[in-house]
Amino acid sequence: MSGTGEIAWNKDALPPGPAQDAVVRAVTDEMTDKGFVVANIDKVVNWARTGSLWPMTFGLACCAVPMIHAYMARYDLDRFGVIPRGSPRQSDVMIVAGTLTNKMAPALRKVYDQMSEPRWVISMGSCANGGGYYHYSYSVVRGCDRVVPVDVYVPGCPPTAEALVYGILQLQKKIRRTGTILRG
Amino acid sequence: MAENETAAVQAAPENPLRVLGTAIAAAAGGAVTDVELARGGKELVLRARRDSLLGLMTLLRDDPRFGFEQCVDICGVDWPEKAERFEVVYNLLSLAHNQRVRVIVTTDGNATVPSVAGIWACATWYERETWDMYGVVFAGQTDLRRLLTDYGFEGHPLRKDFPLTGFVEVRYDEELKRVAYGPVQLTQEFRNFDYLSPWEGMSTLPGDEKVHLNRLEGPA
Repeated sequence: MSGTGEIAWNKDALPPGPAQDAVVRAVTDEMTDKGFVVANIDKVVNWARTGSLWPMTFGLACCAVPMIHAYMARYDLDRFGVIPRGSPRQSDVMIVAGTLTNKMAPALRKVYDQMSEPRWVISMGSCANGGGYYHYSYSVVRGCDRVVPVDVYVPGCPPTAEALVYGILQLQKKIRRTGTILRG
Repeated sequence: MAENETAAVQAAPENPLRVLGTAIAAAAGGAVTDVELARGGKELVLRARRDSLLGLMTLLRDDPRFGFEQCVDICGVDWPEKAERFEVVYNLLSLAHNQRVRVIVTTDGNATVPSVAGIWACATWYERETWDMYGVVFAGQTDLRRLLTDYGFEGHPLRKDFPLTGFVEVRYDEELKRVAYGPVQLTQEFRNFDYLSPWEGMSTLPGDEKVHLNRLEGPA
């Protein structure tokens, strides 16, 4: 490490300004001086994980529409490195967006099992959180946490695209807080 | 002007839907038991005999006067208080004549309704759905599988005697390592709310009986 102290990772990201410039300059100096940078591996891993959360698209009902809004140009989840994937093998996080029915539950669990670890689940909307409007229905699972372990619940019916973006930011915070390079 | 219009309405010929219904009933030869007009004379409803349904439907499709070449929808209705509790409702559309008709047959839980899949190929899915939801059996339907409900589902959920929450629910079983079924366990029972306001719901306020009586029967 250079004499300026620890490099600030995005755990406590610095706003643009003299302080951030100083850090960037210190890293650049270190690169030109020694040719490498020393950092904590867990922080690098967390930085990589939070910066490329690829979600498995699981739009089950109307909640898929605000989820799509969040992906598209206005909210643009690409800026957080969130790129929807069509395959569970390539995904890190599953966004359960909509009503999970009994008939769909085995398929959802199978897709979750196919995701490579580490993996996270965001439950989006009232129906996925606890059955919502269909809580007393004969055909609806009363919350997708009965089928898969959920990390972040996004409330709303449906939640706005901002709410989903906030949920993803909360998940990033959770990963940074609990992140480990061990397999969970 | 207004008087002229009234006169024109009075002199206007009979409702064309009524004419159509009468023509169908005459052509069907006893298959139609009743011709009604619903929604203020805008919709034609025919009640038909179950055993002569196929002849009526073929006539409705093939007769150039009727030309109902499309079956828009088939659905069921459950009337538990009636002797034949189920109705099967066929909504037909004629693009050629720009007219619609609704044909209703009744059945109980056991009697079969002839399948119209040979007349309109699209009827298979509708009949599967009606069977799934109400348990109405369609004779001659070769593909009478469930359409909407879960694999291995038991019962017919839109029957009035089917409980709202059903009998089974799913959860992931950590030991079996798969999604497993179990009996329904509710942490809170379903609550049926009475949405009448306190003013409407409480018809007689304490001490106000006399006023209420006068309002109903008129002052003595």
